[in-house]
Amino acid sequence: MQASDPGRPLTARPLTARPDPSLCRDCGASHMPGAVCPTCHGRRILRHPELFTLAIAHVDCDAFYASVEKRDRPELADRPVIVGGGTRGVVTTACYIARVSGVHSAMPMFKALKLCPDAVIVPPNFAKYTEAARQIRALMRTLTPLVQPLSIDEAVLDLTGTQALHGAPPAAILARFAGDVERQVGVTVSIGLAANRLLAKLAAGEDKPRGFFLLGQDAASFLAPAPVGLLPGVGPALERRLGALGITRLGQLQALDDRTAAHLLGDDGPHLVRRARGEDTRRVNPGEGAKSISAETTFNTDLADRAALERQLWRLCERLAVRLREKNLAAAGLTLKLKTTSFVARTRAARLAQPTALPDRIFAQARKLLAREIDGTQFRLIGIGASTLAPLDAADLADLADPETPRDVARQGAIDKLRERFGNDIVRRGRGI
Amino acid sequence: MKLKADRATLLKALAHIQSVAEKRNTIPILANVLIAVRDGRLSFTATDMEIAIVEEVAASTSRNGATTAPAATLYEIMRKLPESAEIELDHPGGDAQLALRAGKFATSLVVLPVEDFPSMTAGQLPHHFSLPALVLRGLIDRTRFAISTEETRYYLNGIYLHAAVADGTRTLRAVATDGHRLARVEEPLPEGAETIPGVIIPRKTVNELRKLLEEESGSVEVGLSDTRVQFKLGTVTLTSKLIDGTFPEYERVIPKDNDKVLHVGKKDFADAVARVSAISSERSRPVKLALQRDVLTLSAASAEQGTASEELDGDRVKYESGPLEIGFQARYLNDITDQIADQVEFRFADGSAPTLVQDASDGSALYVLMPMRV
Repeated sequence: MQASDPGRPLTARPLTARPDPSLCRDCGASHMPGAVCPTCHGRRILRHPELFTLAIAHVDCDAFYASVEKRDRPELADRPVIVGGGTRGVVTTACYIARVSGVHSAMPMFKALKLCPDAVIVPPNFAKYTEAARQIRALMRTLTPLVQPLSIDEAVLDLTGTQALHGAPPAAILARFAGDVERQVGVTVSIGLAANRLLAKLAAGEDKPRGFFLLGQDAASFLAPAPVGLLPGVGPALERRLGALGITRLGQLQALDDRTAAHLLGDDGPHLVRRARGEDTRRVNPGEGAKSISAETTFNTDLADRAALERQLWRLCERLAVRLREKNLAAAGLTLKLKTTSFVARTRAARLAQPTALPDRIFAQARKLLAREIDGTQFRLIGIGASTLAPLDAADLADLADPETPRDVARQGAIDKLRERFGNDIVRRGRGI
Repeated sequence: MKLKADRATLLKALAHIQSVAEKRNTIPILANVLIAVRDGRLSFTATDMEIAIVEEVAASTSRNGATTAPAATLYEIMRKLPESAEIELDHPGGDAQLALRAGKFATSLVVLPVEDFPSMTAGQLPHHFSLPALVLRGLIDRTRFAISTEETRYYLNGIYLHAAVADGTRTLRAVATDGHRLARVEEPLPEGAETIPGVIIPRKTVNELRKLLEEESGSVEVGLSDTRVQFKLGTVTLTSKLIDGTFPEYERVIPKDNDKVLHVGKKDFADAVARVSAISSERSRPVKLALQRDVLTLSAASAEQGTASEELDGDRVKYESGPLEIGFQARYLNDITDQIADQVEFRFADGSAPTLVQDASDGSALYVLMPMRV
């Protein structure tokens, strides 16, 4: 629009605007005028308007197991390395060289070898990985106490308010941290820095390996052209469902209002739209580890029928509820797991409006997840897990907007008491028989 | 389109308009105000596709026509012009820029075509009634603090307005709840509202309406269908979509048999809550109410900061039932006492059951509070 307007460049960038803050990832120098650091001649320069204000970091180790193996066997450095094998015969981790050939984790080993015949296969040595992860975590805790491990090789850090302590903004101490990990542990990490956990995670995946990427105010427009599958939690099933509605890009989700979203996509629709816009209110919670509680079962004969699968699922939900309550925990999110006769695993996750440890409520959500998977496929295994845990105290609170809650809790209490006195089989729900 | 109007008139109208215009800017034209002169009358329109506001503005017009320009920019310019300025708006039509002149100041604004401006029609509104602005304000003020912001239960993100029968009298009821507290306000049912459907009015609409009511002392015309609500206040018409959902059966959670009654002066109570809750910066920390015959002790504790307590007794508290301890979130108590004039009446069952709160001298509003563990 109006490209010939001579005033245009000035309005787009006012005269008072300063160049974006910048930082050299190698030596930590700031104010880089060009593409090369004048201090150390490094070319890895970060430049972003919010470089020195963003404070939520997602740290992800690059091909972690494979990197640890390469560290210990330098002769493998330039070869494609696949960690895996053993009884299950699948790829646990593939190094970036192997990934070039199309190898990825969870791929059956025979297939991986077909794609990459000269790969070196290393059986996993978990003791080694755990030790490396422990070292990395210790380095993280020198940056901030707010470190929440998400898995062995992934963590999210809240560095808000640490600038005074470190005498440097989060971006600078993270760049230094990445260097420390390389020198002291011998593996590389990728860092995403943003204003919230979701964006930090997306940023971490953007520049792998050995990456450092920032997402600030630009996040929504950055996400808009991306395919919906980029969003964590949007798996192939949801992607297909969105595709059927003509929604393939995150920008299309961003444009939906709450009601339309709820109408088109169900109860989780508005939440999905917020995430597509890059909004996320989850806090970094150091107490919340990567633990989960679940129950699963393998059938004697494969099942495809909804009623039959639901019967199995109900029993698992009851078992999960018992396990949760034994540990004084409740589920804030659920993950349904299915395995087809050809051993293809499907996992589907959903957030719960309120944490629960009641089997009925777990089942109500779980069957919704299951319903979308009933397509004639024969399954050999079903499982249900609490993917996010909450303290039991915070679960199934009496709720003025849900008049049924006190009755449900009282009923479960009565059932628990009966079972305590007379054994598990004294009382059973009709659908479990 | 060409017109002249004074700055104060335009500023007031644009203040209403720009607050509805979309700020997220996902669809550019929604950030614009539709400026139209038809039959010599000037009107401003803004919409975010959920709400539309139309305002008739006094102006001396000299040419019909319409265009759309950025609402926020116009508003900012208007704010910065001298108070007594007379403003001229001039748009020759098509995609020419909109000229705004005031004294020696002149600006040209980029416009977007009128044809692209989404029209949000009210459709058929089978129900019509009128309410004094003051009554409508009372319905909103005493309920809107309880509106939920939780996105998964979108049907709680508004005020539930419906007709009900209470003790043989027909009433118009406004209800809001976020699961932790519930507010229910009743007013006599206005003529024409006997058969209205129960509708959930979204939070943003409630807030916009409340702003408009600040300046209105007359009566408000309400039009209603299953999917739309429309409020007419003087020269302003606010039309909104409704939340498409089912509001919970809230009557079942209102306790009927709470028999432990506490009367306490609103100011004494609110001040004491404010003082003891100052010990903790964590908003979700409970304030504990410990009751004995005619004595109320409020206390709060924080692991990091220490403890605080205050005793209310003598002629300030009336309580004749047995000892009781119960905890509430300080903010929830404040939100409710803010709406009470003089004496607060609490009705408890026990330390863990929903508690009823009312203005001791006004039965039209009723609040239910879930206690917290203390």
